[in-house]
Amino acid sequence: MTSLYPAATGRLPFRPSVAVKVASGINRLSRLLGRGSGTVIGGRAGLAVDPMLLAVLAKDRNVALVSGTNGKTTTTGMLVAALSEGDSARVATNTTGANMPAGHVAALIGTRPAGTVVLEVDEAYLGRLIEDTHPQVVVLLNLTRDQLDRISEVRMLVDRWRSVLGRLDPVGHGGSRTVVVANADDPMVVWAASTAPEVRWVGAGQVWHDDAVGCPACGGRIVFEASGSWHCDQCGFGRPDRFAWLEGDVLVLADGRRLPVVIGLPGQFNRANAAMVAVAAPELVGTHGQPPVSIATAVERLAKLHEVAGRFSTVQRKGRDIRLLLAKNPAGWSAIFDLLDESGDATSPVVLSINARVADGFDTSWLWDVPFERLIGRSVVATGERCRDLAVRLRYAEVDHRVVSDVLEAVDLAIGPAGRLSVATTSTPVEFLGNYTAFAHLRSRL
Amino acid sequence: MSTAAGSGSALTVVVIYPDLLGTYGDGGNGLVLARRAKWRGLDVSLVQAPSDRPVPHGDIYCIGGGEDGPQVRAASTLIADGTLTRAVENGAVVLGVCAGFQLLGREFPDAADRPHEGLGLLDVTTRKGTDLRAVGELVATVGPDSPRGPDGSALPPLTGFENHGGVTTIGPRAFPLARVVTGVGNGGGDGTEGAWTGRVIGTYLHGPVLARNVALADLLLGWALGSRGERRPLIRLEDEEENALRTERLAGAGTVKLSARLLHHQRPRR
Repeated sequence: MTSLYPAATGRLPFRPSVAVKVASGINRLSRLLGRGSGTVIGGRAGLAVDPMLLAVLAKDRNVALVSGTNGKTTTTGMLVAALSEGDSARVATNTTGANMPAGHVAALIGTRPAGTVVLEVDEAYLGRLIEDTHPQVVVLLNLTRDQLDRISEVRMLVDRWRSVLGRLDPVGHGGSRTVVVANADDPMVVWAASTAPEVRWVGAGQVWHDDAVGCPACGGRIVFEASGSWHCDQCGFGRPDRFAWLEGDVLVLADGRRLPVVIGLPGQFNRANAAMVAVAAPELVGTHGQPPVSIATAVERLAKLHEVAGRFSTVQRKGRDIRLLLAKNPAGWSAIFDLLDESGDATSPVVLSINARVADGFDTSWLWDVPFERLIGRSVVATGERCRDLAVRLRYAEVDHRVVSDVLEAVDLAIGPAGRLSVATTSTPVEFLGNYTAFAHLRSRL
Repeated sequence: MSTAAGSGSALTVVVIYPDLLGTYGDGGNGLVLARRAKWRGLDVSLVQAPSDRPVPHGDIYCIGGGEDGPQVRAASTLIADGTLTRAVENGAVVLGVCAGFQLLGREFPDAADRPHEGLGLLDVTTRKGTDLRAVGELVATVGPDSPRGPDGSALPPLTGFENHGGVTTIGPRAFPLARVVTGVGNGGGDGTEGAWTGRVIGTYLHGPVLARNVALADLLLGWALGSRGERRPLIRLEDEEENALRTERLAGAGTVKLSARLLHHQRPRR
């Protein structure tokens, strides 16, 4: 990654070329000084030199954007895998989860002029990214409450998405064609995406309904049917006709094809992400004259993906497997609890780690929307910078727990004294669940 | 379970419209009340009351924060339902937080700054501020006009997290809940946070407020039991974890406030 910038500055006009040199130089300096990969700080400097840098770097490239409240990083990793034949270096992406414009600049500098780009986009920046990068595909996963002190309430965000997507060029009018791949089971996503000229609606499922009861169109009440469909009880707003949908672990296409979704990542929510990827991947025009990948090929390539940015990975510590899981908000935690029920031992110990930094949101009230009651019966250790908020929440959920502020001590407490435990007990993994910076902190300490 | 409360039926805690006003974790207030009653051996039931059904009978009603559109719908539905207003006339206890506080007042604004009629259970009026949105940790202390428990005891300082764009003015028939030490609170320039009258309390504090301030939870429980003719004081609970959280939050409010102020500048008040 050190010899990037000579290639990166080729054929750029003066100002963006200076911006790229500044960004690359700062990134190299940051790495030399051991201050991390430096992607965001370099990108920020590049944008300061040339605010239009993102647009310049994205020009003439095949861009896909992935946004939504939950599953962005994982789905971005999946889409890269689906578009790559063994060699993922052919696709530019922001794998570090740096999902705001400075991170996007860093991702684009690294691989210019490689053709295909898949970017994870923070919900609040989707409009700017669409305007700057003219994407071929925009994947919209779901919208639920998250970081209410930073991002804003769901309906404010939905209205912003809706106006941005409504300004996309209509197909066949000379502009760049953008296909939106949107979750038909989330009324908030549907309301936002229904202004777009071309949408592939995917029935990916949406378990969390608590932010979508009020109809975004008329203020009426959204009724969720047992079949998974939904409609407003007052206006005509309802689930659109789907291009494809999930039936358990089978992806059904409206044309009658049925594809088993056998993927390397666990959980129903990851099969949902896979369904979105399978529909999105074929919409990207292949680079180097290659034909676009088929839906079936896209799904097949996901079988070999077992972790994304450390999420869902398993590490060994003191002879015990520790599974690393990330969840940031009530919908995400509910999905992870489903995963524990589905794949784990019902008695496997759990370490919960909560921070409340900028990237997490300063307000921890959301912990009270998470159904921690589902952990009753497990051994639970609470940790993280906000372990005291977590401890009070667990007390009122009547979940037995211990509180240890140091994350490694917390993990070791969950591992237990290995010598005294039977083989059967030590074979169950310890499940580590952290929110954004708490997860990153544990990985840096392991 | 035994019925320690006088009237024979279970003490009922109702969380009003979690489908519309459940955005900010304030449903936790109902859980805190119900658990603290249960841990004292009281017969208690916690009821989640969705907006498509009549509001049930309750001894304590909790109303949480929510988004602008659902707030307007919640207010008009509660006015049409009428149960909450009648319950307050009959001595029920009400805790409204943020959007739930605003709709208990006379008037509150929607996203487009159009005024909407509130329930009028609190003599307060909310309008949109022209300044930035108030986001961050808040600490407030009680004053001589703050509510007191059935035994006359004053509340310890309040801690919570505020996140709102409204500015609330207290009229002559309501009192401030507390005085702001750090944070914004009602935002009208008088340094007040929240309001109360009779057995109705409104506040901007999330956290949830009753998890951060269990003394306020016990005050509400004491009021509700008093309405039912129960005069014995509440059994003291070991609140080790709650107290540890309070100590941390009261000590840390200054630093968090600084970070929150940086956030203010990224985001206009709506």
